[in-house]
Amino acid sequence: MKIEILGMGCPKCKKLYDAVKLAVKELNVEAEVTKVEDITKITDYGVWSTPALIIDGEVKSMGKVPSVEEIKQMLK
Amino acid sequence: MSESCCIKPNKSNNSNNVYTITKILLFVILSIFLLFKLEKFSNWLIYDVLKFDSSLRISAAIQFFIFETPKVLILLALIVFAVGIVRTFFTPERTRKILSGKKEFTGNVLAALLGVVTPFCSCSAIPLFIGFVTTGVPLGVTFSFLISAPMVNEVALVLLFGLFGWKIALLYMSTGLFIAILSGWVIGKLKLEKYVEEWVYKSHAQSAVEKDKKLTWQERVSIGFESIKEIVYKVWPYLVAGIAIGSFVHGYVPENYLASIMGKNAFWSVPIAVLIGIPLYSNAAGIIPIVQSLLEKGAALGTVLAFMMAVIGLSLPEMVILRKVLKLRLILIFIGVVGFGILIVGYIFNLVF
Repeated sequence: MKIEILGMGCPKCKKLYDAVKLAVKELNVEAEVTKVEDITKITDYGVWSTPALIIDGEVKSMGKVPSVEEIKQMLK
Repeated sequence: MSESCCIKPNKSNNSNNVYTITKILLFVILSIFLLFKLEKFSNWLIYDVLKFDSSLRISAAIQFFIFETPKVLILLALIVFAVGIVRTFFTPERTRKILSGKKEFTGNVLAALLGVVTPFCSCSAIPLFIGFVTTGVPLGVTFSFLISAPMVNEVALVLLFGLFGWKIALLYMSTGLFIAILSGWVIGKLKLEKYVEEWVYKSHAQSAVEKDKKLTWQERVSIGFESIKEIVYKVWPYLVAGIAIGSFVHGYVPENYLASIMGKNAFWSVPIAVLIGIPLYSNAAGIIPIVQSLLEKGAALGTVLAFMMAVIGLSLPEMVILRKVLKLRLILIFIGVVGFGILIVGYIFNLVF
């Protein structure tokens, strides 16, 4: 599974990154988590409000930090 | 639970509703009760229990601090809760849909108003800017949005209301909107599209439509409570620092001390306030308590308002971010137009009040 976190280094992006890491660890799934900070890549996903969570190329959430529980649901 | 969940079992819905409503009522009633008791309580604590001498300056300063801090925090929680719920009805995508292809002036008015209620964080200003201008929102209209969103926000309004009363809060809001509308309109008229970095217009325009799922009221309410946590947590250190400085000024700086340097008759004070305010960055929570004390000590309303707007509305970090999509020339014009608008507002207030 490929997980990308989109955001230009705002505090919320870091929070999302940590939450995703935690969710991945608790679910014990195989996943590659990367941060995407390049603005052109961000807009290529059609994301307007950061932080955004992309799982396998699909936009799962934008402009907010979902709870670890919610992220787990998205990962399943 | 392999399906992505979200539909809660039906039977618990009713009791959940009762629970949600009780929670809201309790929260609102408790907050209002506390607000009304605070002044008495702080007086009682300082002068009856701790036996401070009421003629000493430090007593006035401490009483001010003990009264103002919780008062503003409670007001903040109430309003942030309400605004948090209102915001669940507005997403950047929806705002964009309303704005795209709108005629210039109407578009500017709408954009400024939507800037108040659309969830916005300056760190997503760039993707939002690109999204707007590439999907048919005129540049000037986009600017109206970008000016009003950080300047006219609920935190500023609450603080102004709590510390100055509703008249000034309303004045701030209407003049803030006025500046956003007018500056955006002027920028639109100047036809500055060529000063947007070229790649912006080439970039991917489509917005990833997040599945437009209907939120339930319970979800909206929990988002409201969530935003209290988020915003109050972010804002309180600024607030406490601001009120502490304000308390000091309140207790120690003599009455009318500032009249000669920041008063009405010091005509140069407005431009200087704006010039100092532009590079400074603080959110509303930090600057408003300080501003309150300045006002109390004889600074003129227009000067103080201009300072505040410049600090909150224009900031160096924001310009650095915007530089990625705008050429320097456009940034300078943007600062110039908005700064000029603030200047006018400052002078008008000094004349009228």
